[in-house]
This record gives sequence, C-alpha cells and structure tokens, in this order.
Amino acid sequence: MTRTVPISLNVNGRPRTVDVAPNHTLLEVLREDLDLTGTKECCLVGECGACTVIVDGRSVDSCLMLAIEADGADVLTVEGLAADGRLSPLQAAFLDKGGVQCGFCIPGQIMSAHALLAENPHPSRAEVEEGIAGNLCRCGCYEQIFEAILATAEGVER
Amino acid sequence: MSRDRIGTSPNRVGGIGRVTGSQQYVADIKLPDALEVKLVTLDVARARILSIDSTAALAVPGVHAVLTAADLPQPVPRFGPQFIDRPVLADGETKYHGEPVAAVAAESKDAAEEAARLVKVAYEELTPIVTIADALAPGADLVQDPSIRPNDPLAGTNVLREHRFGWGDVDATPADVVVEGDYTFPMVTHFAIETHAYIAAPDGDGISVWSTIQHPNWLQRILAGVLGMPLAKVRVYAPDPGGGFGGKQHAKYEPLVAFLALRTGRPCRLVLTLEETFKAVRRTTTQVHVRTGVMSDGSLAFVEVDADYNIGAYADIADRVVAKGSYPAAGPYRIPAVRILSRSILTHTTPATAFRGFGNPQVNWAVESNLDAAARAIGMDRLEIRLKNVARTGDTLNPVDTRCDGEWDQSVRKAAEMIGWGSPLPPGRGRGIALGIKSGPTTGLSYSTVRLLSDGSVIVLAGTSDMGQGARTVFAQIAATELGVPLERIAVVMGDTSIVPYDQQTSASRSTVLMGNAVLSACRDVQAKLRAMAARVHGIHEASITAEGGVVRLPDRELSVLEVLKPGLGRMGGEVIGNGMARKDAEPDHPLSGSAAFFEFNCTAVEAEVDEETGDITIVKHVTVSDVGKALNPLQVRMQDEGAAIQGLGHTLMEHYIYDDRGRIRNLGAIDYRIPTSMDLPLHMESAIVENADGPGPYGAKGMSEGALLCVASAVGAAVRDATGADLRDLPLTPEVVWRALRERDRKNAEVTAR
Ligand code: FES
Ligand code: FES
Repeated sequence: MTRTVPISLNVNGRPRTVDVAPNHTLLEVLREDLDLTGTKECCLVGECGACTVIVDGRSVDSCLMLAIEADGADVLTVEGLAADGRLSPLQAAFLDKGGVQCGFCIPGQIMSAHALLAENPHPSRAEVEEGIAGNLCRCGCYEQIFEAILATAEGVER
Repeated sequence: MSRDRIGTSPNRVGGIGRVTGSQQYVADIKLPDALEVKLVTLDVARARILSIDSTAALAVPGVHAVLTAADLPQPVPRFGPQFIDRPVLADGETKYHGEPVAAVAAESKDAAEEAARLVKVAYEELTPIVTIADALAPGADLVQDPSIRPNDPLAGTNVLREHRFGWGDVDATPADVVVEGDYTFPMVTHFAIETHAYIAAPDGDGISVWSTIQHPNWLQRILAGVLGMPLAKVRVYAPDPGGGFGGKQHAKYEPLVAFLALRTGRPCRLVLTLEETFKAVRRTTTQVHVRTGVMSDGSLAFVEVDADYNIGAYADIADRVVAKGSYPAAGPYRIPAVRILSRSILTHTTPATAFRGFGNPQVNWAVESNLDAAARAIGMDRLEIRLKNVARTGDTLNPVDTRCDGEWDQSVRKAAEMIGWGSPLPPGRGRGIALGIKSGPTTGLSYSTVRLLSDGSVIVLAGTSDMGQGARTVFAQIAATELGVPLERIAVVMGDTSIVPYDQQTSASRSTVLMGNAVLSACRDVQAKLRAMAARVHGIHEASITAEGGVVRLPDRELSVLEVLKPGLGRMGGEVIGNGMARKDAEPDHPLSGSAAFFEFNCTAVEAEVDEETGDITIVKHVTVSDVGKALNPLQVRMQDEGAAIQGLGHTLMEHYIYDDRGRIRNLGAIDYRIPTSMDLPLHMESAIVENADGPGPYGAKGMSEGALLCVASAVGAAVRDATGADLRDLPLTPEVVWRALRERDRKNAEVTAR
C-alpha cells in the first residue's frame, strides 16, 4: 500500500479531512475520495478544462494539482454553487441560454466563468471568449456559453 | 404551458443535472465493491504475441485477475456490427496501436495501473500496413484473416468490400468540359469530452453492463452473443453519453469488461483515458478521385467518383460508412449519369467507425471542390452553377431512391443572401459556398411506451440516447403537446434495456423522426384509450368523442384529461398505457438495402481571409442553412447546427492523426491534437433554417444534426481558393498546407509568365 498523508481542506464550505496518496491529484480526491463527481475528468494534462475548480479564489485544472498541495485550501466545485436548492445565477443562465448540450464540459465551463466574473464582473465578449479558452466543448455550444456568461454579468438572469 | 409545446425552446429536459454536476455519467457511477480495470497494450501497431507472463502483475497487492486471450473461451470470441471480426482481446497478433493484449482488475486504479505495467509481453514487431497504398501493394500482408469472410472473392486482399452505385452511362454521356482531381480527407477522432467508460457486474444468473454507448439494444445483442446468455439476462444501462458523435455507437471493450466481471465475480470498471479513446475510435480517412462533366451552359452531364476509405484493422461499422457515405456522393443535383466506386480498405490502424456525417464529408470535399473547378472552367459563377443543377422538390436524384424531399434552392438562396454573395470584398478575402446532402436512415425500428399516471403526470419510455442533441426535451415536448401536460410533469426514461422498449439505434439523425413518431403514436394510443374511457364513463359512443392536446371533447362538453381519468380509473388508481412504434423496413433489392427516410440538406457559405505570409486562415463569416422540415425546438436545432459546423471546422483547419511508419499515432491526447476552442471560432457565425413541414417526422420534422458538418471543408476551401487562387486538395488546411499551396500557386504563375 502507498503511504498516505492526511490533509484538511474546506470543500464547498465544509471542512474535510482526507488521507491522500501523495501522487493523487485534487481531481482524484474530489471524485474518488469525496464522491464529488460533478468535476469531470478528460485529458489529464491541463488542456480541456473539464476538471476546473476554484482553489483559494483561483481557477485551477484539478488534474494538474496534487491533492497535498490543496492542504489547507478553500476549494469550490460545481456542487457548491447552488444554495438551498436554488441555482446560482450562472447556472440559471446556462440553462436559460441553452449553454448545455451533452453537459460533460459544463461544470468546468461554469467554474471558469465563475472565476472570470469574480475577477472581472463586466467582461467584454472578447474577454469572455478568452476566459473560457481553456475549456473545450466538443458539442460546440460556445455561442450559448458566451451568451450565458454575458447575461449573468449584466445581471439579467436572477 | 405554451412554452412546452413543439416549436418552442423550453429549458433542456435534464439540464438541471448538467449545470449542477449531479448528472451521472458512466464514470461517475461507483458500484459497491467494484474493481478497477486497466488495459495492457504495446507501444507498437502490429506484433506477434509470443508469450504473456502475469506473475509479477498478480503479485501486486490488490490485483484480482490478469485476463489474457488464453483465459477466454476458445476460439477467442469475436464480435462486430457488420463482420464478426474483432476479438475480445488481441488474438495472437495485435493489429493496431493500442489494441489490448490483456486486462488487469484490481482493488484500486493505482494497483491496476502498476500491475498492467508489470505484465510481461514477449512479442515480435511486424511491419504494419498503414496507408491505402501499403494495403493495395501487390503481395501485401493481409490485415484480416481470410477465414473471417469465407466465399468472399476479396478475402485474399485488403479490400473488405467494393461498392458500385450509379445510373445512366457516364462513358456515353457527352460533356463540353471535363474537370478532374484528387482530394484527401484526414484521419480525425471524435474527441468527445467524456472518454469511453464501461462497468460490468454479475447480476444473478445474468449480467448488468453500464456503457457510454449510443445503441444500448445493439450492445445487449452483442453481449448476449459473446457471453451465450439470453437477451433477458443482459441488462444494459446507458446513461446519457457526454457526447457521442458516432464514436460511441458500437461495442468496443464492453465484452472484455464483462468477462472480467464474470471471472472475478465483482463489478469491474474501465474508464479509458483520452489517449486510449483516441486509439479506439476515429473517422475513416479517404482518398477520392472525381471527374465532373459539365456542359457550357452549366448543366451537369456526369459525375464519376472513386473513393478509397482507410477503415483500419477491424470493420466495426466502417464499411457501412463507406457504402452509405459514398452513395450520395454526386450531391443534391440532377445529373444524367453517375458512377461511384468506393472501397473499404483494411490497414493496421485504429478501427474507424461512424462519425457525424457518416462518410459524406469526405466525398463532399472532393465533389464540391471539383464542381467549383468545373464552374471556373466554363466561366460560370459558383452559386449559379449550383442553383442551376440543384434538384427541386420531387426531382429524381438516384432513380432507385427517395426523390428530392425539400425546397433545397430556398436554403441555397438564403445562405447566399446571408453571406452577401456577389458583393465586393477587400483584397485577401474570398467567399465559398457548398451544398451537402446525406441520406437519412435506410431502415429503422423504434418503440415507445407512454404511461399516463393517475394524477395526470406522464412517463415517456424511449430507448434513444440523449448525448446532447436534446432527444429527451423533444420527446417531452411531443407528449406535452399531445396530452396537454406541462414539461415539469413529464419524465423521460431512457437507457435501460430491461425497462425501456427496443430502439434500433441513435444514429443517422433519426431520433426526432423515428422515435419521435413512436412517441407520437404512443400518445395517440393514450388518447384512444381516454376516448374509450370517457365513452364508458359517460355511456356514449366512442366515435362521438375526440381527444387532442389534453382536451377530451364530448358532444356536449369538454373535459380535461384528469376529469376523464379520475372516474375512469376509479379508486384503485392505475394508469393508461399507450404503445407506439415507428418502422422503416429494409428493401431487399435496394443498393443500400433501403431508401432514405429523408435527406439532410445543408448549404454552408463562408467568407475567409488568408494571411499570404503565414497561410493562416481567418473565417470572417460562417453561414449555415439547413432544411429541417419543422424545428420542434428551434434553440436545440440552432445548437446542433452550430455545433456540427464548429466540429467541421476541426477537420477543415486543424485536426489530423499523425502516424509513424511503425503504425503508432504520434499525437495522442489534447496537447498535440487540437480541436476548436472558443478562440478558434469564425468572427461571425449565423445559423438559419428552412421550414416547409415536409419531413416524415412528427409535425413535418426531418433529422438535422449532421447537415451543417457535411460541407464545411468545401465552403472554407472554396473561400480560400477565391481569396488566393491557391489550389487546395488536402485537409486539414493548416497554415503549413495553405502556405505551401500559396507558394505552388506562385511557382505556377511564374511559369505561365515565363512562357
Ligand atoms: S482533465 Fe484536467 S484539464 Fe483536462
Ligand atoms: S456540452 Fe458537450 S462537450 Fe460541451
């Protein structure tokens, strides 16, 4: 058995302590140890963005971050967005604008958008395009994703 | 309520799970006590396996099994949708890069991976056949064991099948000008963001299998055959796939995982990496020679197409791709004579399979590009030559097939108008326009059951896979429209072969038409039963009652569904069950065994700018117009259209596998294989539709999910040619390819000037 290391982190506002293998990524720990499977796995090399989560306010590809690096961190995943059963404005906008087809890339898209809007609450369209440049959508619903993010920024969706 | 009916765009059914992360894809499912599986592969394409030593692997703590071909029933079971050719594990010889030779099942992924590395495989690398030229060379080694197709005269060659289609006499048809050319289409992969994943678990005296599959019923049949179990004991769960695009149509490693589950007695899960998925699925790559004969007034005289498709090591559904993709190769035109010869060619490369467009984009690139060349040769405008020849409603295309079933010229005119065809352009810019056609399903069978429950809510059972196209939403909208129930009170259940009635497949843009019709007829069956119920309750004749859109009309009053249901069902509760079916039978004498249920027709027009120094293409505007019959959900139609167009830009501008001479793919994964990102989109993209309610689906709908991909490359290539005068034959149009074409153009121009 590989030696494990205990880490403590705050996930979606809930303190968690997990014994993690030193070679396991944050993605693996979220999905396999904490059963938070909303964060998706695809390329594992930081190119597709399906695994995007927010760590201490910054969006990261969780497939590239070792879990032990997240010791003590605040982690926000897609499961942490809806409060009291109500969709977050971004989630609602993705749904309303149709920014969802198969949905597999969507948690990552929404987390990247979340980080973008936190940093730049009123992005231009070009800034939105750039903001999700690291999130691939093979269904190609980029246009609706842009619309959803811009609508959220304008506060149209509540 | 009115927002729920057909023709509107309510929020996607299943959308909440997709934006909250609660939607469960196969890789998200964790069964208690499950083992993790890792494939054992070689870093070569073709090798003779001499021995496999699992000792060290089995010694890794937590490892339960290392399955090799020797552990399987003998001879090694094979399967496939068209030919029974793919072994569950490589049988004596690997035939493509990444073909599994063994599989490990262990308590953890780490243990499975470590053990997979420790399986010692002794092998002798053999020279692979990678290209079509290699495969056709005299005396070439055979990729496939000839015993797989006994009595086949081609069995001694690497040509799996030849297909000949056409009408008229090309040789006897005069033409004023004949233009010909060779075109190639690259090897590209689906790159669904969800990689392929499988779980198998022993289930009493049967088995349950979860897969990212598009065709759960077909997988059930394959598994039952390989495992020797009755269909009723093979339960296939097919959670909504995270993108399919054809790559997930047919069984790949499900039989292997099933054998592991039966051997270990535990649930076994295999989630492929993206690299492994690349090695498992791709589109057929194609070399096409085309001759176009044209009269000086622009009318087409003949089209002749020779298309060789490289289909890889096992047939999968690729030979059907070749046949069905090349069959409408001559395009949506009235042509007196057409001759098509297409061949499926086996090589030691990734087995090709269905991919959105199903063999058509490959020939479209050649035939539409060559039509432009013909227009130039006779000095005719490229739009005009298309409008002159495009079939009108009821015109014959192929004499043995469905006639032109749309007002296709409307789409062409609309696209031309949207792109501003004929208006002046700044230097360095050009326009292209291209038409695409694809035969819809040639056979089909879909059943649906609609259950009206005692509180008036509804369950729709439909075996389609909703992989993003939005089938759930459309079926719910049909039920909402027919039964007058709001979407929130409708559940659509899919993806469980033990519960949901049979559906042949989710492919060929069929589901809105075939399953849509099945859902519609199941709803009508419910309505008929409501009429009978109302007749019984009110003691009047059924014939005097109608039921429509949630209203039951008696001669003297109108009742809601609930007002009929409550007294009709009485105190014990119960439900009203409606059954529906849509069927399109095979036609034995037809060259494709069936005529097209409908045609998908699209016109794409592009304005592009080319950087003469770098060869870089900017798509300034991309317009796509599809003839959809009736848009049941306009937003979803637009999204399928744009999504197909963007996917088409991938093979047009950037995507292709690179093989080395040992048959290994050198650009596996997301770093070295690029697909369109949010930064690679056209500066403007517009999607429009033509609706004449002239399709065979519910309310006049046609299938439409592939149309906008068919002629993207042709339109972009034409715009680049228009902008630069460079001759383009090979996709993708990377800056390097375009730059070389520009230099070749300069060289030719210099030659002409020198003369
Ligand atoms: S899985 Fe992390 S970026 Fe692709
Ligand atoms: S919605 Fe399917 S990959 Fe983005």
